Amino acid sequence: MRKVSPFNLASIGLGLAFLYLPIAILVIYSFNASRLVAVWGGWSTRWYGELINDAALLDSAFISIRLALVSATAATILGTLAAVALVRSGRFRGRLLFASMIYAPLVMPEVITGLSMLLLFVAITIDRGFWTVAIAHTTMAMCFVTVIVQARLVDFDMYLEEAAMDLGASPFDTFRAVTLPLILPAIAAGWMLAFALSLDDLVIASFTTGPGATTLPIRIYSEVRLGVKPEMNAVCSIMIGVVGVAVIAASLLAKLNVARAAPARPK
Amino acid sequence: MTSKPSFAEKLVVRIPYAWLLVFFLVPFLIVLRISLSQPALAQPPYAPLFNLLAGWHGVTAFFGALSLDNYALIGTDPLYLLSFVKSVEIAAFSTLFLLVIGYPIAYGITRMPRRVQVVLMTLVMLPFWTAFLIRIYAWMNILQHDGPLNRLLMALHIVSTPPVWLSTDTAIYIGIVYSYLPFMVLPLYATLEKLDESLLEAAADLGCPRTKIFWEVTLPLSAPGVLAGALLCFIPAVGEFVIPDLLGGSQAPMIGQTIWTEFFGNKDWPAAAAIAIALIGLLVTPIVIFQHQAMRAAERG
Repeated sequence: MRKVSPFNLASIGLGLAFLYLPIAILVIYSFNASRLVAVWGGWSTRWYGELINDAALLDSAFISIRLALVSATAATILGTLAAVALVRSGRFRGRLLFASMIYAPLVMPEVITGLSMLLLFVAITIDRGFWTVAIAHTTMAMCFVTVIVQARLVDFDMYLEEAAMDLGASPFDTFRAVTLPLILPAIAAGWMLAFALSLDDLVIASFTTGPGATTLPIRIYSEVRLGVKPEMNAVCSIMIGVVGVAVIAASLLAKLNVARAAPARPK
Repeated sequence: MTSKPSFAEKLVVRIPYAWLLVFFLVPFLIVLRISLSQPALAQPPYAPLFNLLAGWHGVTAFFGALSLDNYALIGTDPLYLLSFVKSVEIAAFSTLFLLVIGYPIAYGITRMPRRVQVVLMTLVMLPFWTAFLIRIYAWMNILQHDGPLNRLLMALHIVSTPPVWLSTDTAIYIGIVYSYLPFMVLPLYATLEKLDESLLEAAADLGCPRTKIFWEVTLPLSAPGVLAGALLCFIPAVGEFVIPDLLGGSQAPMIGQTIWTEFFGNKDWPAAAAIAIALIGLLVTPIVIFQHQAMRAAERG
């Protein structure tokens, strides 16, 4: 019965074109030798060359990567714990509040999250900088990690864990030897998402940052606010390239994992 | 599990719980408290401050000085009201556009062979992984006065003078639809993919025309996906900052921009806090519906 109509094909084709053309245009323009967008000055890697001399930009890139590593790792640990708590701990006291605090940040406008975080840091008089942004990013990203890991935990058979415990494994050993390997792909996906969210964030970082911790998005934002700049085209193209390669590598890896795990899955 | 939870099991709950209480719930209470304060030329720039040293007198003085002035200001100043109205309007229409554009894409993908579906969904989600700021910046390139879009329109003789795109609401709509599209397609695809084919076949066998099958079977059955996608787009869109700031004009700011300006520009923290609380009040119903749906979906697996 599955018939693919021309309309179906056209919607997919146009949809993908809409999603990818702007990115393609940005990348093409990053190789434009001319400073003016209206003029095509031929292919050139001039803007990429100028980036290497931009110390402030490189500095920001370094801060952003460090920030993403720290907050993604913290968010993955906290988010995984939260997912295990939600799925395996049954009905503990305050579960509804806990679950609400997990789902609210997923849709909360960033301006509100950023503002509230900042006011907390001011209230407890912490100097703002790298670590305050890291805390803010961890809080926001851990909820995404929870949702991903939770989906995987619900998905697999609880009997596997019960069998391990019946055979005398302690809850901790069961988690380490049975649960953790099964949810590891989800944890890895969660870490990557948390990393990308941190690398990506402008609004929350703007609120919670302090002197000496200008992240790459904040730097890019202050440059592009005033208009299009060819150097920024180059920076953005590099970031697109890095993310593209990482995501494609990760989805290939996930595919291998699924292929290996599939025969072992019941049903 | 019937056995009493061990200390380690309790920690599994308590560590993330404590983290969220301290860094998610408490900040909101602080925002609420500052929204009841007055701006002050001090560090931090609001008053009253809680003075524990003054004892009971300090506590009463603190609560006595709180006021609803900031909310009264939001309720009466047309600038704030306009900002709220504009945000809701833009978010609502954007969500509608996203549904109209996203639904055929999600539906089309479910018609494909299983292996192709996975590849197509990866392609739809991939742009979400590239920085949001970059995707908006890409549109700044395209929508410029002498940018690629206008040059294409001129070359095709669709327009004779290049239209202005940047600093208009149209540009905001383009930006929101573009960057939120993956969030709309994903939940739609998730429900459409689980749709029971036999129901469609039954309708077709009974002689129901294809368009009628769509309106009376497919669309109602995909309602949970439509709702999830709509909420996932509408709620963040209302508070959007980057898109209207980079693509929109300066005439009527959206509410996210207003909070930003009050905070960074005017340094009026209490006003920014009050607008934030009002925004949460506006969004609390859709957020609760979203939470409820997400929790149910998570428990079903």
